[in-house]
Amino acid sequence: MLNPTNLLQKQQNHFHRRSLLKMAGLSGFSWLTPLATRLARNAEADRREKAKSLIVLWLEGAPSQLETFDPHEGTEIAGGSKARKTNVKDIKLGDGLQQVAEQMDHISLIRSVTSKEGDHERAVYNVKTGFRPDPTLVHPSIGSVICHQLNHEHDRQIDIPRHISILPSNMPGRGGYLGDQFDAFKVFDPVQPIPDVSARVEAKRQLSRLEKLKFADRQFLKNRSNNLIVGDSLGNSNLDAAIRMMSSDQLKAFNVSQVSESERSQFGDTPFGRSCLAALRLIETGVRCVEVTLTGWDSHVNNHEIQAERISILDPAYASLIKELKKRDLLDSTMVVCGGEFGRTPWINPLGGRDHWPHGFSIALAGGGIQGGRVVGETDPNPTRGAAPKASIKQPRPIEDVHATVFSSMGINFQNELDTPIGRPMKICEGKPVKVLLDN
Amino acid sequence: MRSITIKKDLFFLTLVFGGIAALSFALTRVEKITLPKPSKATKVALADVAVVANSIDTAFAEDWVTGDLIPADQVDNLLVARRISLGIAGTIPSLAEIREFESQPEADQIDWWLARLLEDRRTSNYLAERLTRALVGVEDGPFLIFRRRRFVSWLSDQLHLNRPYDELVSEILTEEGLWTDTPAVNFYTRTITQGEESNKPDPVLLAGRTSRAFLGMRIDCLQCHDDFLDTVELGEADDLRSGTQRDFHSLAAFFSDVESSLLGIRDIEEHIPYEYQLLDEDEASVVVPAVPFNSELDGKESNQRMRLANWVTHEKNRPFARATVNRIWAIMFGRGLVNPIDEIPLGGPFPKVLEILTSDFVSHGYDIHRLIRVIGTTQAMRLNSAADFSITQSHEDAVAVFPMLRLRPEQVAGAIGQSTSLTTINSGSHITTRLMKFGQQNEFVNRFGDPGEDEFSDRGETVTQRLLLLNGEMVGERLENVLNAPSHLASLSPDIDTTVDVIYLTTLTRHPNEDERNQAVNWISKQSRDQRSEEVIDLYWSLLNSAEFRWSH
Repeated sequence: MLNPTNLLQKQQNHFHRRSLLKMAGLSGFSWLTPLATRLARNAEADRREKAKSLIVLWLEGAPSQLETFDPHEGTEIAGGSKARKTNVKDIKLGDGLQQVAEQMDHISLIRSVTSKEGDHERAVYNVKTGFRPDPTLVHPSIGSVICHQLNHEHDRQIDIPRHISILPSNMPGRGGYLGDQFDAFKVFDPVQPIPDVSARVEAKRQLSRLEKLKFADRQFLKNRSNNLIVGDSLGNSNLDAAIRMMSSDQLKAFNVSQVSESERSQFGDTPFGRSCLAALRLIETGVRCVEVTLTGWDSHVNNHEIQAERISILDPAYASLIKELKKRDLLDSTMVVCGGEFGRTPWINPLGGRDHWPHGFSIALAGGGIQGGRVVGETDPNPTRGAAPKASIKQPRPIEDVHATVFSSMGINFQNELDTPIGRPMKICEGKPVKVLLDN
Repeated sequence: MRSITIKKDLFFLTLVFGGIAALSFALTRVEKITLPKPSKATKVALADVAVVANSIDTAFAEDWVTGDLIPADQVDNLLVARRISLGIAGTIPSLAEIREFESQPEADQIDWWLARLLEDRRTSNYLAERLTRALVGVEDGPFLIFRRRRFVSWLSDQLHLNRPYDELVSEILTEEGLWTDTPAVNFYTRTITQGEESNKPDPVLLAGRTSRAFLGMRIDCLQCHDDFLDTVELGEADDLRSGTQRDFHSLAAFFSDVESSLLGIRDIEEHIPYEYQLLDEDEASVVVPAVPFNSELDGKESNQRMRLANWVTHEKNRPFARATVNRIWAIMFGRGLVNPIDEIPLGGPFPKVLEILTSDFVSHGYDIHRLIRVIGTTQAMRLNSAADFSITQSHEDAVAVFPMLRLRPEQVAGAIGQSTSLTTINSGSHITTRLMKFGQQNEFVNRFGDPGEDEFSDRGETVTQRLLLLNGEMVGERLENVLNAPSHLASLSPDIDTTVDVIYLTTLTRHPNEDERNQAVNWISKQSRDQRSEEVIDLYWSLLNSAEFRWSH
């Protein structure tokens, strides 16, 4: 069907940074000139300590611990799944995690994570926020808390959002009671254009549009400058930020289509692999938190096949991410957390599947101060059917302990209480850090 | 093959030319909107509405004197119409509606508009969605056994019929059956945690929900401990006390007999006592159902849910009516008479206006339409949001100005959709128009960020939201698609003045002022004829991105 949008997309390619900057200057919206921004940023970069960042590899649908981070080869519950040796003595991983096994010295595992949520929606909330769903309050996700707590000079120099969700599924990280400004910015396969950052018309026309907008706003805003309740929020600071982002060189970090074939292929030529590469580039640019989602782990039927197929996508991407962070000297400042909303039942059901199991599952952590090659907790290789699930794990760690570990490594005082809209002060996190993973 | 191509071409041309013809018609003619002739009884009721609205105006005026506040001046009728439709229908008036509105005698315009909206499905659909947030939340919830869309559409039907609200709530609390056939039971199935052995609706979640949605009280903290901050008042009117953990669980105990099976939600025949281990007890014990206040209204019926429903909706149980009034006021004004809207203290003090509206709501059979008419007719609805003095929190608290608030995502989406169409997009629109609206709106709201259940607190604007309006698919498509109004306006309008007037009316629901008209006419007339439609689109774009469009004011 005839659609002018196609024509406009072609025009977007002619939209150059130079003309955008010119437009920015001409339109009279107030922001720091690009030159000043650049100078400030360079000056800052020399002095500053490396910023702490977080990458979450979010395995939505819930991976099976027995085929990934907690194999029990040769037991009844393994159901034929094999384990493989890693570069750390005594730690084995699921057979499919071939490349990750080579990075094991950088990765540590908590094999005894527990939660009380066995329903996907509630569990995703629980794992992403560290709190169980509460009917009166929406808690912020871990990435939102970090962006809220860590707001240094460096953060103010970033033109692009500091909290990003690549390939978002149903519940990308949200700001909750901290406000929508802490929501993750959602982007898709990083060879696709970034949503909403390109003007739909060529530069000259965009300039004329902005002039019209300025004219439209002038009188309305002037009449309301004495409204002390809405105050500055009525102004155009977000418009300034949006235009700055549209013309920023930093946007390049989102798109991996220009990256060399060899670099791309090591992450695996999949949307998830490309997204992990983009996450790396975004962290390099100064973004605080990136969440990359790989869905499809909910293996109630044919568990082994489903898990193996997902693992084949996860393995090269995850391993290359760790390897590249290390190579670029970013691993010490970037924590990578990998896991899903719960684990899967030890016993295989009649359809060859594994069901939901929040009573002892695995989460892998690497970088950002995590000592690699360590394991916390263990699950029983020969659990008794019908026994209380808690009998089958040692050193259980509730999910909020993972949050406390991340916050603690980033220097965030997670015991602090934040104000919430319902007037009830709320601790950032109620867990305890898993110290053994952080201590030298 | 060829004939198929020709047919497709013909179909496309029909769409385009049909669309243009319709646009042209809409631009030049007033679309006659006929409303049922008001009966004598309706006229009497309307006069009565005006009396109540007047008493509200007087009460506010007294508050202003007491607070030493000057109220803002009054805005014109068109802006009032915009406010009302954003509030109760989630969109803005169409050009056709504005033309018809302006053809009514000035004194009747608001009454006409309220009547028009209250009989339109846009209103019941939108109100149902807003109320559903309070009743079952916004998430998808338990798979298969929770059907949120069914619940919304059932509620919309009830609101369209203007079923007495007490009856409706009673049905929600007592209904039995399947989530598909008797959608009201989704109130219960929403609270089932799948995977747990009991498969029962959760009495704790239901107690919290009942209290917030029907009584306007947030007592959730009592689930775990007694109130030690003195923020939850319970007990009897002449003997108020702090709430206790037992109060909460005594309310939860009303739900102990509800179960979910293949037959749906129903009460178990054999009574199951509710057990809970309270904080100061060593072991779990039976907690018997008891209402948290106004216990003299408790009829002690044997069916626990029936007993609770009768107590909640008892005409002397004012917290129920108050909570409903405060919520409807908040939907229309963006903030409640008491805020947060579900923290209305049991013992007051209550704003005078809340009490006037509550009494009127109860004495007129919990009539939601009447409540909306009364609120829509008040002078408060006509107050300017701008003033030549500094506007402070006291002005807003005393409703001496109309509050400024960012539009909610679905209001922005609804308004964008409507502003780029000259005809009204409602249940009378063509199915493709409605489907397109539905798809675009969902996508837009998803990207914009849904405010969730906590919908009356300001959550701040994001850069993503600005980007979405500047460059996003919906604004782009609505402006650029040849089937929509902006592309044709320049060529169809008799003159540039009319073009400019239509752009302002459809986007901002007002005529341009002299400055704006001159400036816009100048912009458009500078262009050659074939470039004018671009200029028109750009003007539309600037207004859709303007603060005046994005804010409720």
